[in-house]
Amino acid sequence: MKRTKVLSNLYLALIMLFLYAPMLVMVVFSFNSASSTGVFQGFSTKWYGELMNDSVTLQALSNTLVLAVVSSLIAMVLGTLAAVGIHSMRKKWVKTSAMTVTNIPMVNPEIVTGVSMMLLFVFVGKLVGASDVLGFPTLLIAHVTFSLPYVILSVLPKLRQTDRNLSEAAQDLGCPPLTAFFKVILPNITSGIVTGLIMAFTLSLDDFIISYFVSGPKFQTLPIVIFSMTKKKVKPDMYALSTLMFLAVLLLLVLMNVLQARAEKKEKQALRAKTEKGIER
Amino acid sequence: MKKTSLAQKLINAPYMVWSVLFILAPMAMVVYYALTDRDGNFTVSNLASLSSYSETFVRSVWYAFLATVICLLLSYPFAYIMARSKASRQRMLMMLIMLPMWMNFLIRTYSWITILNNTGILNSLFEAIGIGRVQMINTPGAVILGMVYNFLPYMVLPIYSVMVKLDQSLVEAAQDLGCNSRAVLSKVIFPQSVPGVVSGITMVFVPCVSTFYISQKLGGGKFMLVGDAIEMQFQSAYNYNLGAALSLVLMLMIVVCMLVMNRFTDDNGEGAMLF
Amino acid sequence: MEKNSVIIDLKNISVSFDGQPVLKNINLYIRDGEFVTLLGPSGCGKTTTLRIIAGFQAPDSGEVIFEGKVINGVPAHKRQVNTIFQRYALFPNRNVFDNIAFGLEQKKLPKAQIRETVEEMLALVNLKGFEKRRISSLSGGQQQRVAIARALAVQPRVLLLDEPLGALDLKLRKDMQVELKNIQQRLGITFIYVTHDQEEALSMSDTIVVLDNGEIQQIGTPTDIYNEPKNAFVADFIGESNILDGIMHEDFSVEFHGMRFQCVDKGFEKDEPVDVVVRPEDVDIVPPEKGMLRGRVTSVTFKGVHYEIIVDIHGFKWMVQTTQFAAVGDEIGLSIKPDEIQVMKKSAYSGLYGDYSSYSEEFDELSDPQSQAEQEAPAEV
Repeated sequence: MKRTKVLSNLYLALIMLFLYAPMLVMVVFSFNSASSTGVFQGFSTKWYGELMNDSVTLQALSNTLVLAVVSSLIAMVLGTLAAVGIHSMRKKWVKTSAMTVTNIPMVNPEIVTGVSMMLLFVFVGKLVGASDVLGFPTLLIAHVTFSLPYVILSVLPKLRQTDRNLSEAAQDLGCPPLTAFFKVILPNITSGIVTGLIMAFTLSLDDFIISYFVSGPKFQTLPIVIFSMTKKKVKPDMYALSTLMFLAVLLLLVLMNVLQARAEKKEKQALRAKTEKGIER
Repeated sequence: MKKTSLAQKLINAPYMVWSVLFILAPMAMVVYYALTDRDGNFTVSNLASLSSYSETFVRSVWYAFLATVICLLLSYPFAYIMARSKASRQRMLMMLIMLPMWMNFLIRTYSWITILNNTGILNSLFEAIGIGRVQMINTPGAVILGMVYNFLPYMVLPIYSVMVKLDQSLVEAAQDLGCNSRAVLSKVIFPQSVPGVVSGITMVFVPCVSTFYISQKLGGGKFMLVGDAIEMQFQSAYNYNLGAALSLVLMLMIVVCMLVMNRFTDDNGEGAMLF
Repeated sequence: MEKNSVIIDLKNISVSFDGQPVLKNINLYIRDGEFVTLLGPSGCGKTTTLRIIAGFQAPDSGEVIFEGKVINGVPAHKRQVNTIFQRYALFPNRNVFDNIAFGLEQKKLPKAQIRETVEEMLALVNLKGFEKRRISSLSGGQQQRVAIARALAVQPRVLLLDEPLGALDLKLRKDMQVELKNIQQRLGITFIYVTHDQEEALSMSDTIVVLDNGEIQQIGTPTDIYNEPKNAFVADFIGESNILDGIMHEDFSVEFHGMRFQCVDKGFEKDEPVDVVVRPEDVDIVPPEKGMLRGRVTSVTFKGVHYEIIVDIHGFKWMVQTTQFAAVGDEIGLSIKPDEIQVMKKSAYSGLYGDYSSYSEEFDELSDPQSQAEQEAPAEV
């Protein structure tokens, strides 16, 4: 019994080593005093300083954030509406085809999604006689499009869990239909909407492949800048940037975890209170 | 009745319009470009010229297949151990698995060069213990390693999510009926985890078969994959029609693979779908 | 308002879903202060009728009239009727107080008045002190009470109840039946109650409307419905019945099993084929030589208060409920008094309900559709 435990722990550790080795390399070499990402010569924080003065990278960072905020908000509103619509569809085949279309961006390889949207934009661009259509609007459309299914799929289960009669109950008590939605349905699906929003936001932050095909030189996001840098020899400032991003993500994840743990605890207490009540009866 | 359906239409309209414009229309564009020449005339020459890419297609599928199998072999025990851990430990492992996914994959992939290089960390280690240098970077092995590394979490998470829901009393019932632990695994646990495995396989296979960055960096551009071919047509050769034809075939290939996969399971995958 | 005036009137209501008729030309009026039960098997259209009155469903044709005014176009939130939903539909994000106050808030009443009404309602349903409780921490019975309080708080003229006790266990259901009836009598408002449980309908209602297949089969008081079922469906659905083919030779004389019986029914054509209903508890067991009918006992079940005996008479299995004991294999005689024979005109249901040859208690339990809450696994994040 004990041996299997040791073995399984060893196994977990090895997988973790595999997953984190490159990150470790990245963090270590971000403190390299030389401009090499191959040989470590001494400790220095100069690449962090350099990063702060790199206007291209900083511009790309702010572009990325702006794009992620705008696209995830649009995806949230559109996706929630879509989920409510799909949920209330009565005809089975309509619902199935809506879900199939929704799934396309998720099952299609990203490169195909990117290429197909690029073709659309170029085609439309040709029609209206614009030569350089690729830029912020096209990026925004693409990001909203690939985020939408994630929002829809995180809101739909919440809607399904919501009592079908809830909205009717509110109307029954004198609430007009739209108010009823905001008063009793929305609070029940908020967690799904927030999950969808966070997913859309992080997907947008991280996306390279699709953005690579639908962006133009006027508006570049961080992953695209990183890509063009890795085409040449990468300097440790990229590693410094990634280390900082790593820390930010780590912090966010830890925070989310703590919140989730707390929510679960609360739920458990509620459940316990309920079962105790049940015994009382 | 009629009134609600009007409201219904208003709710559905924005998404309907959006998905027609930006999901279906782009797909139509791929078909259109694949079947026309530069001047917009109908042609099948793009598709015909794909025969010279047959090696690329075979290689892509083969590498993706190997990477998927390795991912599965590595992930299954991992997910199993994880699902049987204490809740707090599960949460921590989950976080550790997800954390790399949130990092820029270009940089993470690039870091492997430092490790696998001829003068890199592993080779320095090998020299120190007297094995001598091994050519690792720019080999098919490095490309597959890059795929496994990048997409391993996509295999772990769906398998874990079905394993964690697996009813422990089923295992106990099987033991009660005289199953040893191996029989429990093959007769109870594995069949129950199939939906997770299937969704894991599609989630790993699809990005593997269509990747282009990994092969460029870790394969040194020596082993062209479909993704590389497509990227080339769009970003340097500017032959959109050929690129569209490549994409179309890639898409169809994946659809075929998925249909074959779906035959192994009745589950529509929604329950096990992770994202 | 004058008591016993008509409050709701449904005129020629028809509804169909996807071409399937659900209600076929329903005509029904309900008096103010009445406790009316819509009774029928699942899919008979009883819930649809309720939803039409509530305003959640528009009829394809026909008029819904409330106190003399057609209210077809009035949306649900402006109708003076309130609903208690099958699974309560309490708002999970609000506590008990806020749930009950919901309708009052919509009316924009002053805070103090809302508080007063909510307290009053909580007292009415015996939930004092539960104001701050979360809905998820309540038991099914308590949730039921909150739902009642919430609907009554807005002082509806008519309360619609859609199988409100369906999710409760038997004991609790009996208690709640009494309590609901008390509340109805105390407040004097109209209750329209939907159920598939005939016992519940019989014990609570002033008037029962038996529905099947989108059509009203019979309207009447519980006693009428039980003692004088109009057709084989009603006879079979409410209580146990032996339904036989018969011929009405003349007034007060009916023939079945090849024998003539005296009865109290009249007004049929001469020699008209009819359905004859005899309730199992109305049959007396007598020695074989004294019986109007003779048969052999094929099964005996002890039911506590009485025995349930299946008797084979010329191949037709009768059910008899009696306090007398008879053993399997015994030959016994049956005696039926004239006023215990109910003669019905032939209907579409004639012949659908046979004897008790395939009778099994499980059928009763199977026809108890406990609506399963749809639990779907949330997508993983």
